[in-house]
Amino acid sequence: MTSDPGKMSCAEFQAQLPDVIGSGVDANAHPHLKNCELCRALLADLETIAEAARQLFPGVEPPDEVWEHIESAIKKGD
Amino acid sequence: MVDSPSPTQRANGTQKIGVNDSPSTPPAERHVNRATTGSTTAVDPELLSRAQAGDHQAFAQVYSLHKRRIYSLCLRMVGNVAEAEDLTQEAFLQLHRKIATFRGDSAFSTWLHRLAINVVLMQLRKKGLSLISLDEAMEPTADDSPSRSFGAPDLALSGAVDRLVLERAVAELPAGYRLIFILHDVEGFEHNEIAAMLDCSIGNSKSQLHKARLKLRDALRAQSREGARL
Repeated sequence: MTSDPGKMSCAEFQAQLPDVIGSGVDANAHPHLKNCELCRALLADLETIAEAARQLFPGVEPPDEVWEHIESAIKKGD
Repeated sequence: MVDSPSPTQRANGTQKIGVNDSPSTPPAERHVNRATTGSTTAVDPELLSRAQAGDHQAFAQVYSLHKRRIYSLCLRMVGNVAEAEDLTQEAFLQLHRKIATFRGDSAFSTWLHRLAINVVLMQLRKKGLSLISLDEAMEPTADDSPSRSFGAPDLALSGAVDRLVLERAVAELPAGYRLIFILHDVEGFEHNEIAAMLDCSIGNSKSQLHKARLKLRDALRAQSREGARL
């Protein structure tokens, strides 16, 4: 494995991604990306997915019946 | 007799917004329930103590504070309203049986999520899905792994991702990947919290999340190619 980040292979860069993404470090500034369109596209896609995830599956309240069933079961000693 | 004031009306008044749930936060302040918007809600330690002592009204308040997140988690995992209602009910009944054993070693919401996750995973096992335990959730089979694409001419996702398409892709993820993705990217839990919920390392949580995102990328690009062919 090369010690020069700019000379990393795609495999080496991508192996680091799980730690880099979300660490607070700007992954886009990584030297490997200067000359690697493939990994730039990968990182952009992963960021797009993570960003889009915030809008997914809006939180919803359970219907009141759920509590009624819980309460009824508690009364019965379940 | 058990009193039955509507828990919906009691959710307010005991919430603390913006509590930091980092590991260094004192246990009394770590009873956190973050809303899906990213804000946080803490369970008052006194309320928790009363619920642990068998105070039914206090338990109803704990339910009110956490019902939305637990129900949403169940619904996101199983994708079926009736099933999610049953799982929520089972999770809170288990909470009622076990709440006295909570000792504050982790945040209460982390502990409750862990309990709910086990209920969900048990259900998935009953349904015969390829998921037996949390360990298996964290170690999907080789067939479930995302593809690698070093050196291949690649197609980047174009612009914004269609929400419904992404939701479908998430629903089709292997349950273990789906769980990590929902907990981190949708619900906003940190890796240290997920590691505590799933009894795994932080590194494992990061690695599985990365694989989940790669799987989603595969699915979205496949969908994009499909759309381009039509």
